[in-house]
Amino acid sequence: MEEVIAIAIGVLAASGVWLILRPRTFQVIMGLCLLSYGVNLFIFSMGSLFIGKEPIIKDGVPQDLLHYTDPLPQALVLTAIVISFAMTALFLVVLLASRGLTGTDHVDGREPKE
Amino acid sequence: MSWMQHLIIAPILLPLLTASLMLLLGERHRPLKARINLISSLLGLGISVLLLLWVQAQGQASSIGVYLPGNWPAPFGIVLVVDRLAALMLVLTGIIGVSALLFAMARWDRAGASFHALFQIQLMGLYGAFLTADLFNLFVFFEVLLAASYGLILHGSGRARVSAGLHYIAINLLASSLFLIGAAMIYGVTGTLNMADLAVKIPLVAEADRGLLHAGAAILATAFLAKAGMWPLNFWLVPAYSSASAPVAAMFAIMTKVGIYTVLRLWTLLFSDQAGASALFGGDWLIYGGLLTIACAALSILKAQRLERMASLSILVSAGILLAAIGFGQAALTAGALFYLVSSTLALCALFLLAELIERSRSANELALDDDVDSLPPPLESLHPPKGINLDDDLKAVVGQVIPWTMAFLGLSFIACTLLIVGMPPLSGFIGKLSLISALFNPQGLGVAPAQPLPLAGWILLVLLILSGLASLIAMVRVGIQRFWTPQERPSPLLHNYECVPIIALIGLCVLLTLRAEPLLRYTADTAASLGDPQQYVMSVLGTRPVPNPPALHAGAQVQP
Repeated sequence: MEEVIAIAIGVLAASGVWLILRPRTFQVIMGLCLLSYGVNLFIFSMGSLFIGKEPIIKDGVPQDLLHYTDPLPQALVLTAIVISFAMTALFLVVLLASRGLTGTDHVDGREPKE
Repeated sequence: MSWMQHLIIAPILLPLLTASLMLLLGERHRPLKARINLISSLLGLGISVLLLLWVQAQGQASSIGVYLPGNWPAPFGIVLVVDRLAALMLVLTGIIGVSALLFAMARWDRAGASFHALFQIQLMGLYGAFLTADLFNLFVFFEVLLAASYGLILHGSGRARVSAGLHYIAINLLASSLFLIGAAMIYGVTGTLNMADLAVKIPLVAEADRGLLHAGAAILATAFLAKAGMWPLNFWLVPAYSSASAPVAAMFAIMTKVGIYTVLRLWTLLFSDQAGASALFGGDWLIYGGLLTIACAALSILKAQRLERMASLSILVSAGILLAAIGFGQAALTAGALFYLVSSTLALCALFLLAELIERSRSANELALDDDVDSLPPPLESLHPPKGINLDDDLKAVVGQVIPWTMAFLGLSFIACTLLIVGMPPLSGFIGKLSLISALFNPQGLGVAPAQPLPLAGWILLVLLILSGLASLIAMVRVGIQRFWTPQERPSPLLHNYECVPIIALIGLCVLLTLRAEPLLRYTADTAASLGDPQQYVMSVLGTRPVPNPPALHAGAQVQP
């Protein structure tokens, strides 16, 4: 499972970085989205990966670290998801404003000279 | 004592409540919102000053106020901490906030929607970032202050502003991703995000994991240094700051200092000289990065023509000086750097405000410059209403508010700002730079021979300190001659009272710092000493017990089934 998660994070981050370096604003915003997905998965996997374990104490399960997964990264990733979602929405608004004011979707606000 | 402890959370709650109140008021009632904003900002400044006095009065042993908002003990719950460094930054934020707001109340708050609410949220993020003692809350407060700054940087709209804002937002979103990766890696290695707990855990990290820890810290530092404006991560800063509206740019004078504050705070806690194998990790990066920042910014300042651009580059120069001085990890140098930080932040804030007023008279004459930004719209109203008439909020003519000695005022303030930023006597910029140079040569204090000769980096810093001052001097004098001494028929700009008061106040504070430099120098020396000894911080934070439940309530709760 670790390999799959690691490859997924790697592919997301690599595609994200490539897209951020592209000249069109829409590509940049997609890149930022993919990168934030990669980061969220990364935070999540930092609590070490288990299948079928509770993050909070449950009746009938022995109360030791072997039977539970770390709840903190899950709480952190929730905050990170909300914040990155809000920031992406805000970026989208600025992107549209820039498109409206400059008439181009180039990140510099003007087409490069031929 | 106990109510004082509750005051620690007030700088965060007050702006939050004010901002919500303003959102409820909606788009109307602007004069009312401006007044509420001003009262709230002044209250915030008052609370910060109280906290500073309280921290100072506590004396050396327990000079740290700890507040547990969730009433959970330290490594498990959220902690707010006010120590000398945090209190100093709080007061500085309060002063900058009030000045920028007063300036904005003259014209700029009319140039776009929700200025006052965004302004308060920005203040909340700043106060929170200085108070929090937890890596993840630091992230949250960073996002709060960034979210508000995204709105504020676009305030006034216009092509150049939106373009620069787009870059600013993209860079900061990227930096936030790096912040999260770094924080997650540090959590993965140490199992904690509390700064005090991290300081305890880092010397105990297994040798196999130390590489991972250092990689995490380096990624985290990249995010902070991009915010602090270290070369080569600072290419976004000059276009963004110089195209922002004047009060917003003045507010942003403290934003790079947030990055520097977090670097100083985390580096002295996590990688102090007591941190075992990780002691002083990355110090050389800070020193040489800072030196390169000074060199690049000082070279670019020679070419700058617009005053806003020069002010942004001066921010980079001061950021470079601070980072390099912090990187040496010597108490005396850090103390000098903190004094310089206070003086340069006040001066840069004043310069940003002044720049708009000076450029206002130039742009009225339509003298184009090489690096002029093509389309920065001025505030909505006409800048040159008919002579003798000044319109207030209700669009009624107010007679007698026009200041006749505008050019004299602008010229004198410009000279004062130049002296402060260049670091020439007699103002406080000189004292800041002098204390840095003196600390370079006498790390143990005057009269005690230093244990080892000044290293090469120290000599480079000394040379760059003087050369960057010279570069700023050349650039500012050239601009001053062009703007003030060139004989041209130009209308002298009309200034609002609100626009003059903050500039006078900021320069007045710098004069006060010059006359009364000793108390602040003593304070920064104490701050640097306590930063050099993280044990105190760790013990205060981890030793704070939650408030026990009141016995009566406890008994009552037991009765219920």
